[in-house]
Amino acid sequence: MSIATGRTQETGQGIGQSLLRPDGTLKVTGEFAYSSDLWLDGMLWGATLRSPHPSAWIRSIDVGPALKVPGVFAVLTHEDVPGEKFYGLEHKDQPVLAIDQVRYQGEPIALVAADHPETARRAADLIEVVYEVREAVTDPRKAAFDLTIPPVSVHGNLVRHQPVRVGGTFTADVVVTGEYEVGMQDQAFLGPESGLAVPAEDGGVDLYIATQWLHVDQDQIAPCLNLPKDKVRLTLAGVGGAFGAREDLSMQIHASMLALRTGKPVKFVYGREESFFGHVHRHPAWMRYEHGADRDGKLVYVKAEIVLDGGAYTSSSPAVVGNAASLGVGPYEVPNVFIDAYGTYTNNPPCGAMRGFGAVQACYAYESQMDRLAEACGLSPVEIRVRNAVSQGSLLATGQVIDTPAPLADMLRELDAMPLPGPSSLDLRELPGGVAQTTHGEGVRRGIGYGVGIKNICFSEGFDDYSTARVRVELLGDEPHVLVHTAAAEVGQGLIMVKTQIAQTELGIDRVTIVPADTTVGSAGSSSASRQSYVTGGAVRAASLAVKERLDALTADGRSLTQVLAEEGPVEETREYRHRRTFPMDPLTGQGDSHTQLALCVHRAVVDVDVELGLIKVVELAAVQDVGKILNPLALEGQIHGGTAQGLGLALMEEIQVRDGKVLNPSFTDYLIPTILDMPPMKLSILENPDPHAPYGLRGAGEPPTLSSTPAIAAAVRAATGLPLSRVPIRPDDIALAVLA
Amino acid sequence: MTTLTVNGTEYPLDLADPRVTLLDALRDRLDLTGTKKGCDQGACGACTVLCDGRRILACLTLAAQCDGREITTIEGLESHPLQDAFVRHDAFQCGYCTSGQIMSAVALLGENRAGTDADIREYMSGNLCRCGAYSNIVAAVREVARHA
Repeated sequence: MSIATGRTQETGQGIGQSLLRPDGTLKVTGEFAYSSDLWLDGMLWGATLRSPHPSAWIRSIDVGPALKVPGVFAVLTHEDVPGEKFYGLEHKDQPVLAIDQVRYQGEPIALVAADHPETARRAADLIEVVYEVREAVTDPRKAAFDLTIPPVSVHGNLVRHQPVRVGGTFTADVVVTGEYEVGMQDQAFLGPESGLAVPAEDGGVDLYIATQWLHVDQDQIAPCLNLPKDKVRLTLAGVGGAFGAREDLSMQIHASMLALRTGKPVKFVYGREESFFGHVHRHPAWMRYEHGADRDGKLVYVKAEIVLDGGAYTSSSPAVVGNAASLGVGPYEVPNVFIDAYGTYTNNPPCGAMRGFGAVQACYAYESQMDRLAEACGLSPVEIRVRNAVSQGSLLATGQVIDTPAPLADMLRELDAMPLPGPSSLDLRELPGGVAQTTHGEGVRRGIGYGVGIKNICFSEGFDDYSTARVRVELLGDEPHVLVHTAAAEVGQGLIMVKTQIAQTELGIDRVTIVPADTTVGSAGSSSASRQSYVTGGAVRAASLAVKERLDALTADGRSLTQVLAEEGPVEETREYRHRRTFPMDPLTGQGDSHTQLALCVHRAVVDVDVELGLIKVVELAAVQDVGKILNPLALEGQIHGGTAQGLGLALMEEIQVRDGKVLNPSFTDYLIPTILDMPPMKLSILENPDPHAPYGLRGAGEPPTLSSTPAIAAAVRAATGLPLSRVPIRPDDIALAVLA
Repeated sequence: MTTLTVNGTEYPLDLADPRVTLLDALRDRLDLTGTKKGCDQGACGACTVLCDGRRILACLTLAAQCDGREITTIEGLESHPLQDAFVRHDAFQCGYCTSGQIMSAVALLGENRAGTDADIREYMSGNLCRCGAYSNIVAAVREVARHA
């Protein structure tokens, strides 16, 4: 195992150091070009006509009125899609543009290109669509199980059913049951979907786009354009956050179609409201759990039914269901397991990837159950978790052995030993409600809660998950210089530093440039599943080592590196890197080594609740996370802060409210995300128990904090209020009305 | 003809349609794309700029309202210590909110409202950061305020 060398420590370069963002200066000066900042002279603006109905037949579409608007260059419908009419990550079931029917509110129906964005939007409004509205299928708990409900999808209404079956003892001395719900969360990245498609002389298209995975976009776009893949070239434009929402396509095919049709560059920029309809969300969940334990609090069994609403199209729902099932009991030793996890199709907004991906929903439920079990057994929340905690050698519910360090009990004890914050002062800003002066301390109760989460890192269930890196050493200004080229998407997570640091460490050369990500190098896989440090980091390391080997051979004759590069020219190597193979889950029992790496995070939350008004102030969040190896301390802390903040949002405020299939709050005035006032200071302890299978022993770090923060905060609010609170986000009414009653 | 004075430069602007926002004027007509559009309805703060030294939301301001006023955008800062502090404290991840955060913090310093962390949080609360870099934003602003 190669760890940062003395040289890199001395120079402040290489892994383990807090290398600052190479793109940081551009980002603080306003010069960094996000996809929405791109501009070409003569470009057109695209606009999308979307369905106002969650379910309807389309009887006719008349684009004539839109075409007559001065400044409009093209109006396209499904008839204009040059190739395949459907696309999708796992199943190609989503139409590029609606064909004869719409299955969710906001489904794209037609496209307009015009010389001004407002012209394009107004022209789109003039397209006449005659709908025959149908009753929307909106209850996922009925959709998949009631055969009288009409099928939303060509696949029926069940995306996937994944059982997990272990053992046969489902009686115990202590039994606690609960029903839990998780609302639909939005990734709410700050930079809405946008991109620029440029028609090329070879009949192809060059697309500059904010995405998480260039090659899976290319794979989906090319067949729909009826072009070979090498004529659909993608370059990553600046990405204003992702969090899963850019894993599916948004405007990629649309912009390309308009560019190819008009022969002009076409730019799309969604507004905030359109963005709520332009990407998939986190699956809302309905979960019924039963935990059985002996009188000492040792788990005997867990039974669970988990329903995840995938909405109108498949997206990544099957993998989300797989995570909810395989991680459905959490990081606890459970000898008997009976889980049924379902993903459904409905006419609700499509759901797919969001940070935590299926593990978040189950974590909220099983952790709520652990608190109930603690109470039933007369144990503290920490003690019940310690007694059941997995460790290296434990079995997951899938039968997979945790074959790397998993010191959960130690993490919990360390968390428990962290000092607690003192009582809040009577400074209004420290009280629930803040300067709105809703309380001066009266009615405020403090609560403390704990949460534990386990997340699979990298893609699971047999997916061929790899990344590619091209590393080149050459002379630049008479000094050795490294160029690192991958297709991996920097979405703000800091991969650009990690790649730089790995190249510095392995090659011993400080000057490293990260080449812009594009499709002229092999796939890097997705910037999701907390996987890029692992997989693309692994590829950069492998390519760097291959270059190093050649350089070492060339310099063996005593020549200096500079001399060698001057005489022999640049040295370049490309490597693919794969993590350990994973396997499918057995469709009947859920058994199988489906994950390659597992990561743990534990949170403690301290809250003050105004129990009369239901207003909540999170006073402090503390976390212990095992990351195997710290590559960049500063960026890592940022990931834990950010993951925690999004978990806080899910616990207390974030929900896309859907009624009868329609989104009620597609704006930042009505969909609330945590502000700087909502997010409290954090105490962090970061552990480094290496995973010997991963590069440098690292563990993916971005997602685990998003799991454990939500149940910790919910538990703290329960502790403060004494209310069961079985749904997140917890709304003021859930507390205030219950207290009144 | 309206005249916009942005970062000390005067730009004549033909506002045949007077509904053009300051944000769209900056981004689409003056090619000053450092100011970001996150929500276009005053909820996120990504478009924060200074108008005669006060922080305003460019998406809720008509360009025509700014005739004769001094607009300062992120492009108009000349190596402000906040910019350096944001980089050193890693006070952003994706960076999309950063222009607005920095412009807001520049005004905050001028308002003498950065005395404590609680002050900084209160007076920066109009600027959302979805990446959740808040504690590092507080650290960056605090450092510059202390050395101001």
